[in-house]
Amino acid sequence: MTTVIIAVLGAIMIAAAVLAIVQKSLLSAVIAAGAISLLASLLYIVLAAPDVAMTEAAIGSGLTTIVFLFALNKIRKEDKHG
Amino acid sequence: MTLITILGLILILIGIWGMLTQRNIIKIIIGFSIVDTGVHLIMVSIGYLKDRTAPILDSAVSQAEAVNKVVDPVPSALVLTAIVIGLAVTALMLSYAIKLYEKKGTLDINEFKELKW
Amino acid sequence: MVKKIFIVIILGFFAVMLLPLAKDFTPFQELSPVAEKYVSVGPEELGSANLVTSVIVTYRGLDTLGEVAVLFIAAAGIGFFLRREGKNDKTAKRGSSLILQSGTAFLFPLILAFGVYIFLHGHLTPGGGFQGGVVIASGMILLLLSSASAKINENVLHLVESLSGASYVAIGILGLVLAAGFLDNRFLDLGEFGTLLSAGAIPLIYSFIGLKVGAELVGIIDNMQKDQS
Repeated sequence: MTTVIIAVLGAIMIAAAVLAIVQKSLLSAVIAAGAISLLASLLYIVLAAPDVAMTEAAIGSGLTTIVFLFALNKIRKEDKHG
Repeated sequence: MTLITILGLILILIGIWGMLTQRNIIKIIIGFSIVDTGVHLIMVSIGYLKDRTAPILDSAVSQAEAVNKVVDPVPSALVLTAIVIGLAVTALMLSYAIKLYEKKGTLDINEFKELKW
Repeated sequence: MVKKIFIVIILGFFAVMLLPLAKDFTPFQELSPVAEKYVSVGPEELGSANLVTSVIVTYRGLDTLGEVAVLFIAAAGIGFFLRREGKNDKTAKRGSSLILQSGTAFLFPLILAFGVYIFLHGHLTPGGGFQGGVVIASGMILLLLSSASAKINENVLHLVESLSGASYVAIGILGLVLAAGFLDNRFLDLGEFGTLLSAGAIPLIYSFIGLKVGAELVGIIDNMQKDQS
């Protein structure tokens, strides 16, 4: 049963990673990278490490996505003004 | 378990391929973040022992039998630190990218030629 | 064309280097000797029920000190790069929708209380200083996103961060003076195993780490979102 869970999550993670690299739109790439971190936190629970799962869910799919979005906003704003 | 180790390995390879082939600086930083996630998965999966539970002592695992029932706590501690440092380094790289865009107006890495011969 | 061949060669090199990890790796059957000592001796010696906490705060306490230092250097670097000299936020920010405002008014105290709960109970349940600090920083980001005129008081932020960092080192030195070594938690009473006021100085140390990490992350976000319209 756990092998099925790991295989399905792993396939979705690899697809999201390839999507994050290949996509032309930066916004979709950033959100795909946040989805990878979220699925990785599920795998950490399967590996019996709850502290790491909590940290990865909060930092990887929360703060990293927000920092990327702030940076993208600053870049587009410079583009609009100058 | 071995399946997650192989998954982490594939993520590292995808991230390095992304860092080498893409030209936009933000895509390179995303590739770096994927490499980070892969490395952390490999480290935590090495510390896993079969059919054992989380390293917290409460009503499920008592103190006397903890040595036989608990997963290795040291890789979890190392990966906890590494995740926070990965966030700090990613934020620093993004601030570099913002400053580079202000100076040159483009995010293509082939335009930054000041350090070439 | 030459570049593509180079990229394929480099990827092949990395794959060959990492291949023994997939092929010849036999999973362990028993705990390694270091982990066995931490698991068997740890709970009686240090009094904490969460073994990962006892490893991070006392057995490997110097690594945590180094990590807090790296976080500080990164936050200082970001603050240095993204400063604006003499430019005020004259552009008015756009107000947010009603759902966001009323949701924030309801959720923000809950998020703050949840974050404080996580780092206070770091020695009993999964969690600890880092997770609690990140949850507090997320609450502050929600506040920044929802109200158009919210500003972070930078003096209070710098004060909280510096005091927490200095108190963390001061507790370490107290451990050196009053107990067996730097960052030893036995200079306070060990208490009864499994209650909130147990494990000596570990809740105190983790609270200071949580406050420092939270204040630092709020500082990073504040630097990156300044001058947005």
